Amino acid sequence: MPSLFKQIQAGAIWDFHGGIHPPSRKQNTSQKPVAVMPLPDRLYIPLRQHIGVAGQLLVKTGERVLKGQPLTSADNSMTVPVHAPTSGTVLQITPHTSPHPSALPELTLVLEPDGLDEWREREPLNFASSDKMQLLNRIQDSGIAGMGGAGFPTHLKTGVNQPVDYLIINAVECEPYITADDLLIQEAATTIVKGIDILCRLLNPKAVLIGIEDDKPIAAAAMMAACSQREHYYVRTVPTKYPSGGEKQLIQLLTNKEVPNGRRPLDIGIVMQNVGTAFAIAQAVLDDHPLISRIVTVTGDTLSQPQNVIALLGTPVSDLLQYCGFQAEPAQRVIMGGPMMGFALPDLSVPVVKTTNCILAPTAKEMPAPAQEMDCIRCSACADACPASLLPQQLLWYSKAKDSDKLKEYNLADCIECGACAYVCPSEIPLVQYYRVAKADIREQQREALKAEQAKARFEARNARLEREKQERLERNQQLAAARQQQQQASGANTAVADALARIKAKQAQTAAPQDELSKAQLQAEREQKKQQAREYQQQKALAAQQAAATEPASTESPSATSSDKASAVAAAIARAKAKKAAQQSDTTEADNVDIAVKAEGSEQNATDPRKAAIAAAIARAKAKQQTQPAQDATADNSAEPVGEVASPPPAAESDPRKAAVAAALARAKAKKAQDSAKGNEQTEQVTSAQPAEPDEAGKSITAASEPTDKDTDPRKAAIAAAIARAKARKQADSEKS
Amino acid sequence: MSFKIASSPHQHSQRSTSQLMRLVVLACIPGIAVQAVLFGYGVLIQLLLAVITAWLSEALVLMLRRKAVFIRLKDNSAMLTAVLLAVAIPPYAPWWIIVIGTAFAIIMVKQLYGGLGNNLFNPAMAAYVLLLVSFPLQMTQWLPPHSLQSVTLTPLDAVCSIFTQYSCSGFSLAQLQANVDGVTMATPLDTLRTGLSRGLTLDESLQNPVFFAFAGAGWLWVNLAYLVGGLVLIQQKAIGWRIPVAVLASLFVLSAIASLAAPDSIAGPLFHLFSGGTMLAAFFIATDPVSASTTNKGRLIYGALIGLLVFLIRSFGGYPDAYAFAVLLANMAVPLIDYYTRPRTYGHRQRSELK
Repeated sequence: MPSLFKQIQAGAIWDFHGGIHPPSRKQNTSQKPVAVMPLPDRLYIPLRQHIGVAGQLLVKTGERVLKGQPLTSADNSMTVPVHAPTSGTVLQITPHTSPHPSALPELTLVLEPDGLDEWREREPLNFASSDKMQLLNRIQDSGIAGMGGAGFPTHLKTGVNQPVDYLIINAVECEPYITADDLLIQEAATTIVKGIDILCRLLNPKAVLIGIEDDKPIAAAAMMAACSQREHYYVRTVPTKYPSGGEKQLIQLLTNKEVPNGRRPLDIGIVMQNVGTAFAIAQAVLDDHPLISRIVTVTGDTLSQPQNVIALLGTPVSDLLQYCGFQAEPAQRVIMGGPMMGFALPDLSVPVVKTTNCILAPTAKEMPAPAQEMDCIRCSACADACPASLLPQQLLWYSKAKDSDKLKEYNLADCIECGACAYVCPSEIPLVQYYRVAKADIREQQREALKAEQAKARFEARNARLEREKQERLERNQQLAAARQQQQQASGANTAVADALARIKAKQAQTAAPQDELSKAQLQAEREQKKQQAREYQQQKALAAQQAAATEPASTESPSATSSDKASAVAAAIARAKAKKAAQQSDTTEADNVDIAVKAEGSEQNATDPRKAAIAAAIARAKAKQQTQPAQDATADNSAEPVGEVASPPPAAESDPRKAAVAAALARAKAKKAQDSAKGNEQTEQVTSAQPAEPDEAGKSITAASEPTDKDTDPRKAAIAAAIARAKARKQADSEKS
Repeated sequence: MSFKIASSPHQHSQRSTSQLMRLVVLACIPGIAVQAVLFGYGVLIQLLLAVITAWLSEALVLMLRRKAVFIRLKDNSAMLTAVLLAVAIPPYAPWWIIVIGTAFAIIMVKQLYGGLGNNLFNPAMAAYVLLLVSFPLQMTQWLPPHSLQSVTLTPLDAVCSIFTQYSCSGFSLAQLQANVDGVTMATPLDTLRTGLSRGLTLDESLQNPVFFAFAGAGWLWVNLAYLVGGLVLIQQKAIGWRIPVAVLASLFVLSAIASLAAPDSIAGPLFHLFSGGTMLAAFFIATDPVSASTTNKGRLIYGALIGLLVFLIRSFGGYPDAYAFAVLLANMAVPLIDYYTRPRTYGHRQRSELK
């Protein structure tokens, strides 16, 4: 380090790889004084003229603003404001062609100058007595962003905590044609040095290196004279070579250091500022003159008076060209920036912004349009010219092949797009354009990859959440079930059911011990409770309906009584059968039961042809009943039984209704049996009797409940008996009532 | 008014591929002139035949490939290939030799690989090898320089010989090859090789009149002329210095060491540098940008490899001269060389740290 410092002190200059020597054509403008543009008719001030985000608008359409008044606020660190370049009225705030290669419209404030050029109040800072924070705030509030081209907010680059060895002031201006910095130094070297003083105050560097190309002897002499009082300021003239004004290249030239891949110059103790930025800082701090104007080189052979002008930010390019005597050619190109890295403008309403250093309007002869692209002959003149030591011909190959892995391997990201490769290419291949496209593709791919990753993370998070919610629901249900059980036990009601449930649970626990099995059982128990409640409710309802049905035939005692009884019985049977069918359909394993039910329905219909209306009514009734039951718990038992209760009241024990009842009961029993065998112990819970019994005894247990004396093992017989018994009971009840 | 949009950079150096190729062709002129003066006008007729064949072949394939013909013919690359092949074959070889060779070079070696910039091998050298392998007799019938010829050939004789195999006065090529004493004269390299294989020492072999000073009679001047042309190309930055220097240095060093080790059987470094096609190959053929290495380190390796192969084949192989084989073999190694000699990118430490 000390040796390097000594070398630098001794005036050593290093070199960088590659570089080119395009004709500079700076003499067109470098010998003329800087002209001051008259006020333009309109100023187009893009709200964002730096790298970062635009500030919040502070003014409204129609408002009068004073010269230097901020138009946007510096509300966060990545923001620098823009200011009114002169006093006037805000005409509108609208998207306008941006001074960017894309030319995409950006929000722009249109200002109509009033010609008074009236300043806002200004508060120059006393540099000696201000602290760092004040200086930084002033730099930010004055809207200063790197004026060399990148437009990086200056307060971010100067408000650093890392130690700085060298502050490099970039006055190289290596692009052909451009002389804006040259003229600035010629005319304002002392102000620039004051700006450098302020930067030194902020950064406290070991030495200040001011790099100027050796084709600007007047500027170099002026700078040396201005720096003569500062002992650690070193003015270094570097050989004219493009792109020695690139940040990395100038660092290499002046310090022989390379900025490591992926790092910033600050990481090797270097901060670089453009000479124009230093000037702007001095103006901002010492005069409270925000960044509202800059020197622009207006040049090219289509102009009768190429020269440097001081232009207010926001001045349309057309005004600048007109001022310099523009004679457009057919297929004219107007370039903002230099011929190597500038971009062609789609129209001339584009305004001058903080980073605009040159407007170039060449003739076709002066700068011929690119010829047809030819095949690469791998001469690697591009590799010899590349200041980043890349292999442009390989990059071209992989760019065409869209091989992003190889492009990364060949360090496409290190391309600074200086254009040296495309300049030397004998086949006139627009290499930089290929790289820009490839870089954009890679960025797009990375964005897509990131998106995909985020989507995956989102999906996984969602799955986790669903799983978690499921668990929570399960736990909650278990707790509820337990609570309810306790409640029931405490109240003493339904002890039989509770006992049965408990037994079943125990059994389940015995047979299938696993945790989830247990919880399933609990869930099941809960569900059964609900079923039980539903059943009770329906029984009550059925009872009411039954009473209603019973009273009707009694009151209408007529010759047709038997037939009406018959009809109701048939209807009941059909309803029952239908209910059963529905239940069976829910359980597809019971195919034979379906058959039975269908048969039953068919036979009944044959027998009762004439009274279709009555049947329909009964069906409707039965359906209504079915609907009232909770859908999830609709089992054959639940649905069929209450319907049966409703339908069974025929007073006359004629053979037909009886047959129907028998058939119905039979079907019911069969269904139950099948269900029991299919569902196993689950079905047993439905049994209300205290005796749980084996699955195949389920049918029996029904009869046992209503007719405890019958011990016949044939469920069919039992069912018939039960139906008969029930019918008889009803008859009795009816006759009693009547 | 509409403005033209173009991508930066807006400025271009004004040297095009076409100019580059033309410059290389022009730099061949001293060598061709010396060849014509010392070895007869046959070379000029071969040149004419070659260039016409090259243009026709190129146009044919470009039309078949539905590419713009004129703009690609204008790049002069086909002409350069033709010129390099024409000066490499014996000046009085039958006309169909050069026609077959040039057509093969353009159609098979260049266009079928994808045209300019995509060929793996140097077209002129691939064609030369094809001809040498297929027509060994015609490809080795080199006449001695005029000073040693028994019969002086006029330009008309040259035309007759190339198209009819007999000069106007009725001499066949074999007869023309013989000197006044009726001894068939081969090229210096061939003569040396034959002498050494017959058990003669180097000094005894060099007693043959085809040798002059430290190299072959006539060939010394041809090589010097190509050297001049090559230096002009380097001065004009049409070619880099690395490949020619590497070729010559490698050949010089190897032959110097070998001739010190075996002075009786290995020719000295100066003989190697100024015999056969050394200068032509070093400055004009090995530097063909398409098939040569593209990195600076790689070019040194590539050139040195050619020098090594030439020395080995000349000294121990089956052919008197070896540039075609050496260049083709080195062409094959180019992708590998390029891969392992990538330069360190600014701000990166080592290539290996990348992965």
